[in-house]
This record gives sequence, structure tokens and C-alpha cells, in this order.
Amino acid sequence: MLVIKDLHAKINDKEILKGINLEVKAGEIHAIMGPNGSGKSTLASVLTGRELVEVTHGSVTFNGNDLLEMAPEIRAHEGIFLSFQYPVEIPGVSMVNFMKAAVNEHRKYRGLEPLSASDFLKMMREHKELVGIDSALTNRSVNEGFSGGEKKKNEIFQMAMLDPKLAILDETDSGLDIDALRVVANGVNKLKRPDNAVIVITHYQRLLDYIVPDYVHILYNGRIVKSAGKELALELEEKGYDWIKNGDNA
Amino acid sequence: MFSIGVNYLSMADKTSTLSVRDEFVNLYLNNLDLITEESSELMNHYREEAIQYFRLLGIPSVKNEKYKYSKIEPLFGYDYEKYFAPKKILFNIDDIFRCDIPELDTHLALVLNGFYLPNRANKITELPNGIIMGSLAEASRLYPNMFKGRYNTLAENTTDGLVAMNTAFAQDGVFIYVPRNVVEAKPIQIINLLMSDENQLVQYRNLIVVEDGAQAKVLVCDHTLSPKRFLSNVVTEIFVGRNASLEFVKMQNEHNDSAQITHTYVNQQRDSHLVTNTLTLHGGFIRNNLFVTLSGEGADAQLYGLYLTDRTQHTDNFTYIDHAVPNCTSNELYKGILDDQATGAFNGKILVRRDAQKTQAYQSNNSLLLTADARMNTKPQLEIYADDVKCSHGATVGQLNNEALFYMRARGIGEREAKLLLMFGFVHEVIKKISIDTLRERIDDMVNRRLHGELSRCHNCLMHC
Ligand SMILES: Nc1ncnc2c1ncn2[C@@H]1O[C@H](COP(=O)(O)OP(=O)(O)OP(=O)(O)O)[C@@H](O)[C@H]1O
Ligand SMILES: [Mg+2]
Repeated sequence: MLVIKDLHAKINDKEILKGINLEVKAGEIHAIMGPNGSGKSTLASVLTGRELVEVTHGSVTFNGNDLLEMAPEIRAHEGIFLSFQYPVEIPGVSMVNFMKAAVNEHRKYRGLEPLSASDFLKMMREHKELVGIDSALTNRSVNEGFSGGEKKKNEIFQMAMLDPKLAILDETDSGLDIDALRVVANGVNKLKRPDNAVIVITHYQRLLDYIVPDYVHILYNGRIVKSAGKELALELEEKGYDWIKNGDNA
Repeated sequence: MFSIGVNYLSMADKTSTLSVRDEFVNLYLNNLDLITEESSELMNHYREEAIQYFRLLGIPSVKNEKYKYSKIEPLFGYDYEKYFAPKKILFNIDDIFRCDIPELDTHLALVLNGFYLPNRANKITELPNGIIMGSLAEASRLYPNMFKGRYNTLAENTTDGLVAMNTAFAQDGVFIYVPRNVVEAKPIQIINLLMSDENQLVQYRNLIVVEDGAQAKVLVCDHTLSPKRFLSNVVTEIFVGRNASLEFVKMQNEHNDSAQITHTYVNQQRDSHLVTNTLTLHGGFIRNNLFVTLSGEGADAQLYGLYLTDRTQHTDNFTYIDHAVPNCTSNELYKGILDDQATGAFNGKILVRRDAQKTQAYQSNNSLLLTADARMNTKPQLEIYADDVKCSHGATVGQLNNEALFYMRARGIGEREAKLLLMFGFVHEVIKKISIDTLRERIDDMVNRRLHGELSRCHNCLMHC
């Protein structure tokens, strides 16, 4: 599904990603862990097409197509979804208008008619339940004045609405209380199917108790320095990153 | 069908070496009989003094600090037809103009090129609850007591030549009177139509009185119905009585060759409420002067404005709030979007007089520039002489938020659509202050279409302006 080969990228002339190789197949869950500033969100930015990040070398294909050639909205239509580490507040744009535009543009891409107002509202209602998001929130402007946890729930709500093929969850667990974490993780699990995949970026084992990864990768200083099964996350929890930083990346 | 006596004069044969000022003084002197004949004695009473002030002040130049960002003089550089009596129109106005705000049920007053258009030959309509609306000249004849002591008492003839010019030349306009304690939920709508085969200078006058305890909503819509060049110079005086409330919505929707200068003066008594909403949807050149005097304690004024400009359009809002007494509140929010080479200005002056303790006055002006060529000048001016006050002002001129844009695109919303949603969200803050639901929804729709690049004219309006 997703194939990243020797990816190098820079922000403002500073090289952040220094040769990433990663393959994600349909049905898989990958976890990416790593110290602050190691490049995890930058990788997510490259995958979603943020202009700030400049790819200098390497390739990324998604279902065989060159992902890097696509505009951000096309990547979304093709099935890439990012749950932002820092969701953006958009004053004046209601959640309803925002989601309606997003859903209908996805439909248009697939040659479908826009949803009727009532079908759309029904769809909103159903998916709200999935993540236990309050109607009071969806009646407001996008993320405006949402608490940290509410913003994260809202990301998963949007993911449920858009039904992506590859979801990238960038620290979706941060800011969530223990109950919300379970609700969100259950939501993600419910959406999991053999034909889609998830990349979970996190600092904590806690989330991986619920969303159990097939692979855990450690990103350090712009490179994936270690990949293993889910037990790697437990090991990190216990030992921290020092053994990685000290070059023991056998 | 309307068939009203024609009395038409052209200025084209005047020697062009005269200054605009002299030209108009001569125009006045040469046509005084016609001007006074089609107006009323009470209105005529003020002309002589006004033309003297105009002779003194002339047309404001950009050296005049108040008009720094708006070049008024060139607007008078065109040849305009001026006439001093309602013009004959040989068709049914309903055939060419129908206001299409679905379900918007209003008391309608039509003004054509500055003259009130009689409703089935009635120049005045009296509603069962006592509200009077109609021709200003006629009202001054029929209701001199409502007129005297109000007409021309707020307008500042002595400081602005354009106002003096209006007082000298204006012959008619709209009169609205809402009696004591009458609460009218149905909006009163004034539609100003500009239509002519020649370039046209139009100067008219409105007087609105909302008596103590009364409540009214007034909606003013401006439309150009023919592609000629129009220059409107309009003065409106508004009195809001004790404990009265007025919502005043002005919708400017004119073509690119039109210019409009408005001077609106509001006087508010104790515990009165005012909401103004100045919506500039389209127009070549627009300058709005809005003066509000809070002259009774507890008075509250909310001034909102929206401007959407593109190409070489120009919109300039000048507001002046005079906190003359203690315990009044005012709040101002003006927002706009400028595209292409559009230019704009906002100059918001707030005066808090020495006695006006416990004043609360807030002002903000936010603009979005879509291109590097668009320009916005924003200038707050707070003059505070009282010490126990809460005042603040803020102004921003910025671009669309790139983070928000990316967020939306990452959700699959194309760049163009995402920008439109952001722009709409930006201005919606102003639109949502309109309390008339059907109007607000309609404005939402018109703004949306305007942002999509369509002319925001009404569906049913057959004119292509
Ligand atoms: N807009 C930016 N301008 C300059 N540098 C940036 C920018 N965004 C990220 N960086 C730098 O790129 C590096 C990687 O940042 P990134 O956000 O990818 O880290 P991360 O692994 O997601 O960290 P965290 O765990 O704290 O979220 C950091 O050194 C960061 O300072
Ligand atoms: Mg990060």
C-alpha cells in the first residue's frame, strides 16, 4: 500500500529526514516511536503534502502511484488521512460546513453525487456516536475553543467520516483522558479492516495496549533505527531511548 | 406605470474651465426655482445657508485628513445629468425590479434616482399602528412638527462640503416615523434604484425617527439598474428615542462605475439601542460616513460592517462615535476582503468626553488581502478625556491562514473551495449580527456567490448590472 524508499526531506534548509525506508501493507498497523524532534511529524507532513517540507531525495508510492506528485486534497481523496498532532482552529467555519465540503469532495472524486442534507446529517449523527463526540462540539466552528482532548476526538470523528485507506495518527493519545483514550482506540479498531492500514505515532505504550501494532519502528534523528514487533514498545517503556541514542541499534 | 412630469436639465453646455465648486454654485443659482418647486418649504429653508457653506468648503480633497484615503474630486470630473424633478418612466417598475429575498416580508419604500416613488399615487403610507413612511418632501408638508427640530439638526453642513451640498440640492428622499412604544417586527425596507440613460448625480435625504420605547428595523438596499455612471451623495439623519431600538442594515450593491458617498448621523437618547450593519457587497467607489452620538445615559451602539471588494473597487468606512454622557457602550466590528487591486480604508474615531465616565467602547477592524496589490489602510483614533473608561481597539490586515488552508486540503477540500470557506468564515462574524433571519440567510447566500466570483445580484432582478 505505502512504500517509502530512502526518503530525505528538509525544512528551511535543515535536513530532518535522512533516509527513511518503510513499507506498510493493507491490514497492518505500524507504530512509530522516537524522541521529541526526531522527525515523526515531519514524516507525516511529507505523506500529506505540507509545502513547508521539501523532499530532496527518495520516493513514496501509495498503491503504486507516486504520492509526492499529488496535491494534498488528492492524497486525501486517494485515502490518506492524518490525525494532526496539533489540530488547527478555523474560526467562522462550522464543523457542519467543513465536513460537508470534505465528504462531498471525496464523493465527487469517486464520481458520486453530493449527499442530500438529511443523509449528510444522518451520517454525522452515526459517526459522532462512534467517538462519543458531543453535538455541542459539531455545532461550533472547526476546533475553535475545543479542549486538547476534544480536538483529538474530533480528528477521529473526521477519520470515521472520511473512511481512509491509510490513517496516520500523530500523537492522537496525547491530551486524552483514560476513558477518552479507550473510546478513541475502540473507534480506530472498529474502523480497522483488512483493506486499510494505520500508522500510529505515539510516545506511550498505553495506546498500543488498545491498538495493537504489528510492527514498531523507532525513528531517531531522521532515520528508522530499529524495527520489531509489538514487544519493542514495551522494551522502550522500560529502558527509554538512551540505548538507542548510544548507538546500540543492533 | 408611472408618468410624472419631466423637467430635465443638462449641464453639458457649461464652460468646463470652472472649478467643481463654482460649477455647482452656479448650477444651484441657475436652477433654484426648479429645486425649490419640487421640494418643500421646510427643506428649502436650509438651502441658502448650505450653499454658502458649500461655497466655503467645496469638495473635500485628500489633503482633508478625514478624506485622506478617498479621492472625491475625480468623481466630479465626469459629466452628469442633473435634474430637479422626478423623471418620467415609461414602464412598470415591478417589471424590471423585484426584490427577491424569499419570505422577506417588508414595508417597502422605493426611491428612484433620489425621488420617492409613490405607492399607487400615495406619497405617504400610514400603517395601522401609526408608523408613517413615504416621501420626505411630502412628509415635511403634512407633518411639520415631526420634521422641525430634527431635519438638518444632525447633519454637519459646517464641516463637510458634501453634506452642505446635499442640503442645498436634495429635494426628496424617505421619511420614516415610528411612534412612541410601537414595536414593529416587520422590517421597513428602502430600495434605492438608480436608473438612467445618462450619467447621473443623485443627491437625496432621509429622515428616520424612532420615538421613545419604539422598536424598528430598517433595511436599505441600493441597486444600479442601468450601466451608466452614477454618483450618489446621500445624507440620512436618524433619531432613536429613550429606550427605543433600531436595527439599521444597509446593503450596497452597485456596479463598478457607480460611486456612493453616504453620510449617516444618529442621535441616541437614554437607554436606546442601535445596531447598524453596513454591507458593501459590490460597488465601484464607496465612502460611508457614520456618526453616532450617544447623548443619553445607558445608550448602546453596535456598529458592524462588511466589505467585499475586487478589481479596482474602493471602499472607505469612516465612523465617529461620540460618547457624550456617562454609562454608554459602543462596539464596532468591521471586516472585509480585498482582492485584485482593490483598495480600502477604515477610520474609526471614538470620542469619550470628559463627563462620559464608565464608558465602554470597543472597536476592531480586520481585513484579508488576497493579493499583493490589494491595499487596506486602517486607522483607529481614540480620543479619551474621561478617566474611568474601558476602551480598546484592534486592527489586523492579513492573508488567509495557511495552516487552516492545509488542514482543509488534507481533508480533501480543494484549494479554491478551502479558500472560499475560509473567506466566508472570516466575514460570517459580521453577517451573523443581522437579526432578521431571512435577510441573514439571503446575505449569506449572496456573499457566498460574491466570493465565488458571481455578481451578487438578486435572482429575480432582471437587470444585469
Ligand atoms: N516549521 C518548522 N520550522 C523549522 N523547524 C521545524 C519546523 N517543523 C519542525 N521542525 C524541526 O524539525 C525537527 C523534527 O520535528 P518533528 O515535529 O518532525 O518532530 P517529532 O518527532 O514529531 O517530535 P515530537 O515527538 O515532539 O512531536 C525538529 O527539530 C523541529 O524543530
Ligand atoms: Mg510530532
